[in-house]
Amino acid sequence: MLTYIVRRIVYVIPILISVALVCFMLVHITPGDPLAAVLPADASQELADQMRAAYGFDRPLPVQFGLWLWRAINGDLGHSIATGRPVLSEVVRAVGNTVTLAIAAALIGFTLGLFFGLIAGYFRDTWIDKVATSIAIAGVSVPHYWLGMVLVIIFSVQLSWLPAVGAGPGGSGAWAWDWEHIRYLILPAITTSVIPMGIVTRTVRALTGDILSQDFVEALRAKGLHETDVFRHVIKNAAPTAMAVMGLQLGYMLGGSILIETVFSWPGSGLLLNSAIFQRDLPLLQGTILVLAMFFVILNLLVDIAQAAIDPRIKRS
Amino acid sequence: MLSNITGKRRAAALVIAASLSAFLTPVARAETVVRIGMTAADIPRTLGQPDQGFEGNRFTGLTMYDGLTMWDLSSADKPSVLIPGLATEWKVDEADKKKWTFKLRPGVTFHDGSPFNADAVVWNVEKVLKQDAVQFDPSQVGLTASRMPTLASARKIDDLTVELTTKEPDSFLPFNLTNLFMASPAKWQKLFDAAQGADVKAKSQAAWDAFAKDASGTGPWKMSAFTPRERLELVKNANYWDKARIPKVDKMLLLPMPEANARTAALLSGQVDWVEAPAPDAVAEIKQRGFIIYTNEEPHVWPWQFSRVEGSPWNDIRVRKAANLCVDREGLKDGLLAGLMVPATGTFEPGHPWRGNPTFQIKYDKPAAQKLMQEAGFGPNKKLTVKIQTSASGSGQMMPLPMNEYLQQALAECYFDVQLDVIEWNTLLNNWRRGTKDPSANGANATNVTYAAMDPFFAMVRFLQSGMAPPVSNNWGFINNPKFDELVTKARQTFDPVARDALLAELHAASVDDADFLYVAHDVAPRAMSPKIKGFVQPKSWFVDFSPISMTP
Repeated sequence: MLTYIVRRIVYVIPILISVALVCFMLVHITPGDPLAAVLPADASQELADQMRAAYGFDRPLPVQFGLWLWRAINGDLGHSIATGRPVLSEVVRAVGNTVTLAIAAALIGFTLGLFFGLIAGYFRDTWIDKVATSIAIAGVSVPHYWLGMVLVIIFSVQLSWLPAVGAGPGGSGAWAWDWEHIRYLILPAITTSVIPMGIVTRTVRALTGDILSQDFVEALRAKGLHETDVFRHVIKNAAPTAMAVMGLQLGYMLGGSILIETVFSWPGSGLLLNSAIFQRDLPLLQGTILVLAMFFVILNLLVDIAQAAIDPRIKRS
Repeated sequence: MLSNITGKRRAAALVIAASLSAFLTPVARAETVVRIGMTAADIPRTLGQPDQGFEGNRFTGLTMYDGLTMWDLSSADKPSVLIPGLATEWKVDEADKKKWTFKLRPGVTFHDGSPFNADAVVWNVEKVLKQDAVQFDPSQVGLTASRMPTLASARKIDDLTVELTTKEPDSFLPFNLTNLFMASPAKWQKLFDAAQGADVKAKSQAAWDAFAKDASGTGPWKMSAFTPRERLELVKNANYWDKARIPKVDKMLLLPMPEANARTAALLSGQVDWVEAPAPDAVAEIKQRGFIIYTNEEPHVWPWQFSRVEGSPWNDIRVRKAANLCVDREGLKDGLLAGLMVPATGTFEPGHPWRGNPTFQIKYDKPAAQKLMQEAGFGPNKKLTVKIQTSASGSGQMMPLPMNEYLQQALAECYFDVQLDVIEWNTLLNNWRRGTKDPSANGANATNVTYAAMDPFFAMVRFLQSGMAPPVSNNWGFINNPKFDELVTKARQTFDPVARDALLAELHAASVDDADFLYVAHDVAPRAMSPKIKGFVQPKSWFVDFSPISMTP
């Protein structure tokens, strides 16, 4: 097992370097000036050239990449051009806020998804199935930024029940799990949860339907098991696949949503990326993408290791 | 017995007195807070030289800091003019017109209690101009140096007198100095001494990082809490040097809300009291719910800047004039922009000291435009093809694509065939800096980049003086008019404000007469506010004064 883990970790290194290279190149080949944040629109080309030299953007790209990678390996993602603040602290704060939102959205989305999926699968081809399936299709089809705006109009503007934007009365720095703060989380969390809810519903519905049609379920019923116990067996059999899907969805949510976080001014990684893109803040953009990509790579590594621990066949292969 | 009764009476009297006292003592006044939704995606930089253009100056520059000179923001009717700030008076050296003496305001202190003096001015000039100064910060240079193109150095004469030197005689210096905000050297030094860093440069950067989180200027507002990217809390500076401008509101909360619909929803739901640039299609609902929309002509121009290099179709003045006469600006205002613009008849409108008396009257006169085009050799069967580079969005660009399509349709009636080259905003800015001769112009013979017209250099000189052609500045079209050059030189070397303004007015009138731009619109800086906000004045400026506003319960 140890050899397997070491081998997988070694595999991660070239992946991370490739990810770093891709995100470095992506932000450099996009149009625009990396100094847009610190140069006013009316700056002259002469001043722009001076600033480019001062920030090292006049050096060849391979040199820039090498220097950036070396600093990144040493834990320094540089400073934001626009704010002058260390990129790492900016990213850590934003990712923390996105994790808060993702957990809340996962709780809502996965609970509803499992519920709708199980009842839709169990009552397949009945009106209950149709209602649950319709909700799932709506969940994956409705543009979530549009849903967010509609929720804001209803619950913030018209009813004044919940705040429209922000991450708490004192900002995310003073976040607490009390009603005063949770009310800021409700609308973005519901909006974020609709897609995972739909996907989990559809997955669990299909799994439940398949399992119910298998012979062992007939055997259980023939043995005289109560329907509740049969259902428990169905859940147990559906759980591994459903959990894998939920894990993937959680991963997506942890990556943050530019649209939802912008609509709700939620200070997560999506809003940070949005800001970095519009300000052409290359160090911030590179750092954020790298951290999020590493997040996925490490998450996949952990999943691989966990799967190998559960199923020895994977380890041997 | 008697003493017992007296004691009881005394006790009763005390109870009554205490009750009355409690009743009559005024209840502590509730803290007043104004909450503002900005269009910025992040809090503009707080260390003295804000980023994010003039919105940055508006919210984190002029609130916490002062410059040596300031803009008068007290009137909604008159143009915003230059007034003394931390300098009470200034004059140029008659023997050497590159040297200026500024007398500083006595008794001013920074928020940390340290005194504002000539040393502080020198320190602040050197933070952006002297590369070997400890406090030199490259991140503040770009945002400042371009706005003070001729300032070279500063020298202390005495505690309250400072000498500023320019690279060439430049009467525009006092205008430029509105962009240099005075940060506290004492506060910075304290942070520098405590900073960790491998070398002086690293320590300096760490000190500026720390300063941005705990800023200290001389302005009417003091920083009280700061959460990057989320909120900036400012409290009133009760010791502000201008007693008339001590804020009436106790606290101001600045919240970045880049999405127009989110800002509007935050206002309508009562989460904020004031939003910048509400969603245009929500203006009717905002008004209907009792909120107030403020607008005023801003020193901003939405133009087409013509190429004047050899072969450009705009080299014919009849063509330039025809374009200016062929646009129904009132129709654009009432239709597409729902009233949120002022038709432009130049860079400055009548009433402005630099307007002058142009003989070419810019208005909608289609027959006259068609006649000019026919005289220039064009007609319904021989259209003039022009190519305009523009963006789909961008700061100050208003609604660039629909507005350009409106112009495309309007000019088609005057025998123009307008082709639009739509590119990304930052790319457009880059191309603008490179000029029409650069391949990045992609064959365009006009560019659509809006500009701020606060001071003479940015409003006119950088576009009209031949020496300002790229890469020096923004004379994108390579205008080369000896009359303009002569007027610019004269204005720059005329230090009597009245005479200087007369020359600037002459320059403006000459540029309108020469139809150097297609002048289309001025933005009106719409902002929506709760009716609880009283005393707000929206000046003809990019900036506002937050001091006079008050909040009713």
